Amino acid sequence: MAGKIDPMHQFTVEPLVPLHIGAYDVSLTNSAAWMLAALVVIGVFMWGGMKRQVVPGRWQMAAEGLTGFIDNLVQVNIGPEGKKYIPYIFSLFAFILVVNLQGLLPLAIVPGWHPFTPTSHFSITGILAIMSFSLVLIIGFWRNGLHFFSLFVPHGTPWYMLPLIIPIEIVSFLVRPFSLALRLFVAMMSGHILMEVFGSFIVNGFASGSPVGFGVGIVSFLFIVGVGALELLVCALQAYVFALLTSLYLNDAINLH
Amino acid sequence: MDLQSAKMIGAGLAAIGTGAAAIGVGIVFGSFLQSALRNPAAADGQQGRLFLGFALAELLGLMAFTVALLILFVF
Repeated sequence: MAGKIDPMHQFTVEPLVPLHIGAYDVSLTNSAAWMLAALVVIGVFMWGGMKRQVVPGRWQMAAEGLTGFIDNLVQVNIGPEGKKYIPYIFSLFAFILVVNLQGLLPLAIVPGWHPFTPTSHFSITGILAIMSFSLVLIIGFWRNGLHFFSLFVPHGTPWYMLPLIIPIEIVSFLVRPFSLALRLFVAMMSGHILMEVFGSFIVNGFASGSPVGFGVGIVSFLFIVGVGALELLVCALQAYVFALLTSLYLNDAINLH
Repeated sequence: MDLQSAKMIGAGLAAIGTGAAAIGVGIVFGSFLQSALRNPAAADGQQGRLFLGFALAELLGLMAFTVALLILFVF
């Protein structure tokens, strides 16, 4: 069974329930199905944890831990005016976290049930980044009007540096949504490709029958256990970094300096 | 040299950038650990910035990987 390794096959988006409205293909794809599954997981977790016991049980502790974490993140980075953005940051963080972790589930033991990570496509992470960035722009211009452009002039720059500094600041500001999207997308995609490539080493190594192949398979297996642990960390870390950077950019828009 | 071989060589060269990013990530964590051992009480408060710095340094390495994939699969 030593065929050509195709690490990109796990990223194909397949329609599950074909549906067409006019000329548009709005079928329910496996990507959309996994995003709905993430919605169900978050919904069940929060619904089960939103009790009001004064001495909280375990589930309530876990839900309060998660919401408290995001609450602390927004309060530290935006300040007291950030309270109204906590729902958005929490939704962003919870969605990205659950969707990333679902992609690592070992469901592929059942043939055809391999999990799909929606955030491993630039379209999905691009939309999340566009949402965050347009929120930053809208809030920035709504609250500050044209004074928003003073963001590009850092405090205390001497006047002769301004023609150099301002274009650099503008470019680095405009790159923000792109870098947000790219970071999450490439982290997820490269993690999955790495796991697939080393998994194929294991399968082809053991299937070859030779002792060298056996050794390669064993070493790859140990490596993939370590890489799997790293991938779990990277999933949570990328969700945290996306939420953190969104709140930092919101801080830039709300408290201009 | 035909396009396919040039693509392979280009992708291999672009992947060298990930090594440079590895050095950057090592610097981020290394300086955090150095200063954390000097001032352990203040270390836990800066963990957020540690992970932020890690993600920003890693992004550039992942961009090198993106360029390699772009060369291989898009052009």
